[in-house]
Amino acid sequence: MKDWLMVRSPGMSFRMDRRLPAIVLALAIASFAAILLNVGHGEYAIAVGDIIKTLFGIDTGNPDHVFVIQTLRLPRTLVAFMVGVALAISGTIFQGLTRNPLADPSIIGINAGASLVAVAVIVLFPSAPVYVLPIAAFTGALLIAILIYGLAWNGGSSPILLILLGIGLSAIAGAFTSLLITFGSINEVSQALVWLAGSVYGRTWEQFFSLLPWVILFVPLAFGLTRHLNILNLGDDIATGLGSQIEWQRGLLVIVAVALAGSSVATAGNIGFVGLIAPHLGRKFIGGNHASLLPVAALLGGFLVVAADFVGKTLVAPIELPCGVITAAIGAPFFLYLLIRNRKR
Amino acid sequence: MINSERPPKDLTQPRLSPLIGLGLGAIVLLICLIFSVTLGAKDIPLPTILESFTRFDNSVDHLVIQTVRIPRSVLAIVVGAALAVSGALMQGLTRNPLAETGILGIGAGGALAVVATQFLFGSASLTAYASAAFLGAGAAAVAVYGLGTLGRGGATPLNLTVAGAALTAFISSITTAILIVSQRTFEEIRFWLAGSLAGRDFSLLLQVLPFMGMGLLIAFLLGRQITTMSLGEDIATSLGQRTLWIKILTATSVVLLAGGAVAIAGPIGFVGLVVPHVVRFYIKTDYRWILPYSALLGAILLLLSDIAARVVLKPQEIPVGVMTAIVGAPFFVYLAKSKVKK
Repeated sequence: MKDWLMVRSPGMSFRMDRRLPAIVLALAIASFAAILLNVGHGEYAIAVGDIIKTLFGIDTGNPDHVFVIQTLRLPRTLVAFMVGVALAISGTIFQGLTRNPLADPSIIGINAGASLVAVAVIVLFPSAPVYVLPIAAFTGALLIAILIYGLAWNGGSSPILLILLGIGLSAIAGAFTSLLITFGSINEVSQALVWLAGSVYGRTWEQFFSLLPWVILFVPLAFGLTRHLNILNLGDDIATGLGSQIEWQRGLLVIVAVALAGSSVATAGNIGFVGLIAPHLGRKFIGGNHASLLPVAALLGGFLVVAADFVGKTLVAPIELPCGVITAAIGAPFFLYLLIRNRKR
Repeated sequence: MINSERPPKDLTQPRLSPLIGLGLGAIVLLICLIFSVTLGAKDIPLPTILESFTRFDNSVDHLVIQTVRIPRSVLAIVVGAALAVSGALMQGLTRNPLAETGILGIGAGGALAVVATQFLFGSASLTAYASAAFLGAGAAAVAVYGLGTLGRGGATPLNLTVAGAALTAFISSITTAILIVSQRTFEEIRFWLAGSLAGRDFSLLLQVLPFMGMGLLIAFLLGRQITTMSLGEDIATSLGQRTLWIKILTATSVVLLAGGAVAIAGPIGFVGLVVPHVVRFYIKTDYRWILPYSALLGAILLLLSDIAARVVLKPQEIPVGVMTAIVGAPFFVYLAKSKVKK
């Protein structure tokens, strides 16, 4: 019992990994530092002290600071962080449910489905308000998830089949996305391309507030479901034996994962591989229990996307690379490493 | 054996002579070619097309036919044939039903090399483009195969496919980065990168045609060896094949064909996946016939896709790579679901 902290109170009880508070604290500090760094950096550098002052509404004596931070950089950075959190949780849930270390919403085609429906809304209904996009993306992601479920999940199919189907479904969704884009004007197309590559460039409070409800609703839900995720991770037979209503619980978890992936795609486009990297790193820190893994992976995901955005801004400044390009450049080799390591076992 | 008096069904040959099928295929190809020249933003009747050969009079229609439609159709035929043959070669050699230049990242490798050349050297010469495409395709092929053979399991078809997909993701992220950094490169290369036959430079085709011809020749000469290899490398070795040489020659042919196709038309996916499978409905196992059939059918498929790309959303034009993906990706899903051993 040494490694666990038991919390018992009337009505609820849970146990917690003793390492969790320290790791979460460390990651939270790292994320906060990354956010500060990202807000401070740009064509117009701002000192850390001034950022903190501005955030708390203290006048720094430079009126530009308020505009640059409050209007330009802070929403963008916060969107990056939330998107990372959402993608990491989504990836953790998918990896746990499918018992597949290579699962990630971008790899199994969820993000491509979300992109397709979101692009369809952008192209066919250009006047649609921003908050419609997460709903559209959620619908697309859910459709793809149902397709994958019908094709691959049932009957204990191999993990690799899921990946193959994801490749195929992504290609289909991608083709139709390109088809839709040819409708659009050049201006919209180049914007759509940046968006599709996964970018938080130019995100404003509007996007922040359209993503926020999804995060507020589904992230706690995910934390509440970790116990079921642990049981489902043992396999359907054992889960049934332990008395789980597996279809309901799995359905709920899939909806949570799909909602988080879909809403983040709607906000920032397809930022790949975050949902793959974050859970794996998280397991290195704290092990495979989802109750402790989920918060750690979530913070790691947020940190990753903020860091990727920072790297994208600085690597070839003044030109900005979308953070999706950075995460893919890191994530794809990591995926290959996992593939090779997996095969050796 | 229940009815042992009946001779075993010959799996290597279809009932009709394969030559007849090839003849029929050629006729279909000709019909598609006529449609391809006729249909477009403006439909031009067949007599005018024939006139443009016999009595060229500099009219708009004749110019369109001679300088736009016919070169474009020829490109479609060459690229389609090259992609399909390279797909058939890879499927036979690796015994991987999902092998294809697009899926394994070879097309993406060629594309990256072309984009990088454009980025580093500005508007480079056609020769430079072509060699870049060959180099990139070759490097990607080596990388995929290398990654596939790492680890104890070796290059199983599935892992090879997944490695190819990851490599594609990696390569295209770099390509995207270059395109975003350099707006100029982006403008010049945008349509090419989606996989398109529109406005292609015919002299580029002439530049790469010798290489592709060589690749095709190697492929056709290797037909018998590929058939043996498709039984499995152990069997091929025990039948006295020098498998290493076959692999090297096949890889050379694949790189020549796929690199050439990428240089001309950009990455066009799924043609090399679909065509050999369709061919094998008719010709079961004999690659001496599968390869020429694939060439013919690949040409037909890409020609049809290109016609559809022009006609479906007239006057808008869809990149042909999008059309082939719409046809081919569901087929990929079907193959992954049914043909792949779990």
